[in-house]
Amino acid sequence: MKSSVSTIQRPRGQGLVWFVPLAVALALVPIFFNNYYAQQATFVCMYAALALSWNVIGGFTGYPSFSTAAFVGLGAYAGAILQNAGMPMVLAWVAATAVTALFAAVLGYAILRMKGHYFAIGSIAIVESMRLLASSWSSLTGGGEGLNLPIYPGGPDHAGRVFFYAMFVVMIVAAVMSIWLDRSRLGFGLRCVQQNEDAADMVGVNVNASKISAFVLSALFCGTTGAISASWVSYISPPDAFSILMTLKVPVMALLGGAGTVLGPVLGALVFVLVEQTLMSRFLDYSQAMLGLIIVFLIFFLPGGLLGAGVFARISARIARLRGVQA
Amino acid sequence: MSALLRVDGVSRYFGGVAAVSKVSFELTPGEIVGLIGPNGAGKTTLVNLVTGVLRPSAGRVWFEGADVTAQRPWQASRRGLARTFQIVQPFPQMTVLENVAAGALFGGGAASRAEAEDIAMEFLEFVGLTPLAGRSAMSLTLPSRKRLELAKSLAMRPKVLLLDEVNAGLNSAEIGAAIELIRQIAARGVTIMLIEHLMKVVFSLCDRLLVLHHGELIAQGDPRSVAADPAVVKAYLGSKYAAQEQQASAAPAGTAQAPGEQHE
Repeated sequence: MKSSVSTIQRPRGQGLVWFVPLAVALALVPIFFNNYYAQQATFVCMYAALALSWNVIGGFTGYPSFSTAAFVGLGAYAGAILQNAGMPMVLAWVAATAVTALFAAVLGYAILRMKGHYFAIGSIAIVESMRLLASSWSSLTGGGEGLNLPIYPGGPDHAGRVFFYAMFVVMIVAAVMSIWLDRSRLGFGLRCVQQNEDAADMVGVNVNASKISAFVLSALFCGTTGAISASWVSYISPPDAFSILMTLKVPVMALLGGAGTVLGPVLGALVFVLVEQTLMSRFLDYSQAMLGLIIVFLIFFLPGGLLGAGVFARISARIARLRGVQA
Repeated sequence: MSALLRVDGVSRYFGGVAAVSKVSFELTPGEIVGLIGPNGAGKTTLVNLVTGVLRPSAGRVWFEGADVTAQRPWQASRRGLARTFQIVQPFPQMTVLENVAAGALFGGGAASRAEAEDIAMEFLEFVGLTPLAGRSAMSLTLPSRKRLELAKSLAMRPKVLLLDEVNAGLNSAEIGAAIELIRQIAARGVTIMLIEHLMKVVFSLCDRLLVLHHGELIAQGDPRSVAADPAVVKAYLGSKYAAQEQQASAAPAGTAQAPGEQHE
């Protein structure tokens, strides 16, 4: 009976087997490689943090959110405005995180009443609304001209390392949050909501509070990431901060790794960034078509992602069959 | 005896249609009460009004002396007012154990997921699903799903359990087992209200019957006198059934469907 339990339960703790070595390897990149590779590693950490965040609402809770860029952009603008107002950089990142979380709580209260496609469209509309707001509110955001931030002192190599480790820390915190969530009461409640929202309500899950909590958790680190990348790039503008492409890429990464798995989104982000850098960057004209191909490939061949339950079940069934033949 | 659940003049309108109209009744602790009536009479709507799925258009619902008219379903289950659905509502991709543990953790107030799983095992044993604990809920047969639904509700440690057609779709052997199970649940001190179309089940289990027709409560009382009530015969049971009922000593009819055989 014990073995039959483990066949359908999600693999628990297995993610750490590859996540810890991967994290250590990433942490060593800026020490042993030049600034270009440090920059790529920073992107991996950034997208891993974003994909892990998306996974809370899109994977655990089953609400297909396209709000990622709204949170990233808000974090970027909040961080930039506060930093330009004289707040120390790291403090501005923390404040931007708090602002984003608050925004997500209010927004979630409103749009989490929608489900499925309606929620997806509602959440993508938020990104566009935020972009328009940032473009038009010139007195605060600089409008279409964007905002400049102070360039981090100490030269590009040093700055590259600082921002890499900042993103690295955000990724680790997001991963720890995912591991905690998976084992927590809230996480269990979110899985109930994902499976059957009415039944969740009926067994005593406070569905609205759970969904809003999930939305806030999915926004938190997007805000931090946005603020850090604003300081890193030292210039933000509405179309960069509230990027529709980013809002699409992040869910694809999470799905590639395995939506609803605890650490799969990290793997998805890694693979995606590598593919983007090695393949897409060589065919710039076709890069977005390739994104489309990846999505189609995912739907047809990897609906559960690289770490999805289906893949694991299939592989373990195959191993079990081989063992049976040998015995 | 003070009422555990008191429904006081509750109505619910959908547009101009009164799905439930000025219904009042009480459940006293330890009772098994049957709620019967033709299709579309408003039975499920009434359960939805009592458990917070729907808000009454008028009237009040009292549970353990507190006004719970405005409660949400999750609050109802945490208070000890649990229900099952006519169409079973499992968490399909979770295991049977996890399904029941969800009830224990959220509705039943278990302190941790480990404790919730212990409680869940206890109730899986009770409904006879222990061997299937590790299976996914969607892999179960209908009778097993109904048992799962029961175990899930029981794990919430309810004081009142509202069973919405738990026997629909079961064959007569399975129904016998289900009746036995409901008896055992009642023996644990849970007050039960069941919506049921099978007169065999109603008569063998219920202390009292409520009859709903066009949203109105047309009769209530002990099963025998309710079954003899001309209004109930006209609205639901039919004259053929009443004729059988009058020859109380006659041999029971063969079918299990209402109007069906008499108990004992």
